[in-house]
Amino acid sequence: MMRPSGQAPATSLPIGSDADLAWVRQQVRQYAAQLGFGLVQQTKLVTAASELARNTLVHGGGGQAEITALDDGRSRGLRMRFTDQGPGIRDLELAMTDGYTTGGGLGLGLSGAKRLVHEFHVDTEPGRGTTVTAVAWVTQVPSSRPGAG
Amino acid sequence: MSQPLPGQSAQVPVLALGDVLLVSLQGELHDGMAEQLQHDISSRISASEVTGVVIDISGVDIVDSFLGRVLAEIASTAALLAARTVLAGMRPAVAITLVELGLTLPGLVTALDVDRALELLSQGGT
Amino acid sequence: MPEQDVAESAPQVVSAFLEQRREQIAQRWADAPLFRWVFTVSRDEAVEACKLVVDALSEVAVSGRLEDVATAGFAPVRDQLGRMAQTRARAGSTPAQIAGEVAGLRGPVIELLRAEFTDPDTPHAQECVLALTLLMGTLRLVVMETALDANADLIERQRQQLLEVATPVIKLWEGTVAVPLIGTLDSARSQIVMESLLEAIVDQRARYAILDITGVPTVDSLVAQHLMKTVAAARLMGAECIVSGIRPAIAQTIVQLGIDLGSVLTRASLADALAYALSRQGIEVSRADAGASAR
Repeated sequence: MMRPSGQAPATSLPIGSDADLAWVRQQVRQYAAQLGFGLVQQTKLVTAASELARNTLVHGGGGQAEITALDDGRSRGLRMRFTDQGPGIRDLELAMTDGYTTGGGLGLGLSGAKRLVHEFHVDTEPGRGTTVTAVAWVTQVPSSRPGAG
Repeated sequence: MSQPLPGQSAQVPVLALGDVLLVSLQGELHDGMAEQLQHDISSRISASEVTGVVIDISGVDIVDSFLGRVLAEIASTAALLAARTVLAGMRPAVAITLVELGLTLPGLVTALDVDRALELLSQGGT
Repeated sequence: MPEQDVAESAPQVVSAFLEQRREQIAQRWADAPLFRWVFTVSRDEAVEACKLVVDALSEVAVSGRLEDVATAGFAPVRDQLGRMAQTRARAGSTPAQIAGEVAGLRGPVIELLRAEFTDPDTPHAQECVLALTLLMGTLRLVVMETALDANADLIERQRQQLLEVATPVIKLWEGTVAVPLIGTLDSARSQIVMESLLEAIVDQRARYAILDITGVPTVDSLVAQHLMKTVAAARLMGAECIVSGIRPAIAQTIVQLGIDLGSVLTRASLADALAYALSRQGIEVSRADAGASAR
């Protein structure tokens, strides 16, 4: 099994300020590059992370980002989990609609980020907070795949 | 917690080339810096005879919906102050991601690079 | 002699047998189709490869995990037989054929084991034969799994190659590039089209990009969405996109399905699209003999 060298399989980062958003983006970029994601996929992942981390900051009043390297034996992937103890999302369906915004953005945060990854899950409860989990897998064929098995 | 990040400066420099403002965005852009830039550009336009603004984003790794909104607002503000804005040098990966994100920035004029953007401004310049 | 030591468990007997008869088993297996096909040059090499497999099986037997496909003892087998299975797969053998060839290894080794016992019909002897049969069955599964994995890799690689081959970006003129799309435009394909078109726009410093869909059999709302995304991405980079080659039947479908191509610029043919791109760049094309003297 290959693991991003010199990088723990999981990292937890605080989200409390603008500068933290930049730090989350950089960490996601590093993970994605080391896991073998192509440039376009890296860009999509970092952008999704930026959207979701900003949601955590703006709507959740800050929280945590957790980045985990995945390997299911066939392909490698990256899981990003954003957790806050904020007010939660009252109407998830509405929040997932393009153009819906309460934070002064373009209202593409959740719905847009979902389109940039392969798996997307929102767990929210009014008053208890929100956890958003996004997973992407390396889709291109790695050029040097060590012999099957 | 705020670590210093490479490629980050406190302020985005705004260059004047004749009657055109040239803004080069590089690397990581904090939300606060983006908003500061928006403010800087509009005051520069109203303070002098600026007819065009070129925003060079060839050094930008990602454009998310926040930066997308800032760029669109810079253009609309400039338009109100009678200056045209051209967004130049977007990288292919950034363009693909923006479209997938659902952000096509329909109101923005775009160009391949700064040269093309200046050319565009001089052609249509009235 | 195995039958004298009744306390020894069947897997242990099998392991000891494999170790003792290593040479004989390897000699017999070397003549089996599987090894003969792969090691065409040297029989000695085949014998050595067989010995590796025997050793691995012996190790698995002693661990007692006869039916565990994932046990560590099979690692050298995966490596050795896996490579052989890949060689066979590349030569056109199906996984079923390869599995059949691995199954063919069972006969000779069972025969040798039975010969170890003075009375091969005692319960203990039968138990040992059963243990070896199980082990050989697991071996077959391991090889088949490896062969299927190799096949899946091969198919994926070919699919990727096909995707790339099928979408060339052509420079039509200074500042104008075109992609002639042929075949179905699915999500994976449209991603590659988008990426190669945008790269070409940068490389050629193109102002105009033509997406020709003459060779696309049908346009449904999903294909239309892919086209519109590509047009939008090209525009973000400062290039104008033109979709050409919309056949009358496709135009009808688009209208009937109520697909909104939005602000996408369309032209009937690739030639029309090129003419548009040229005229927008101030380039005029005229016949050389018009008003000029013959050379």
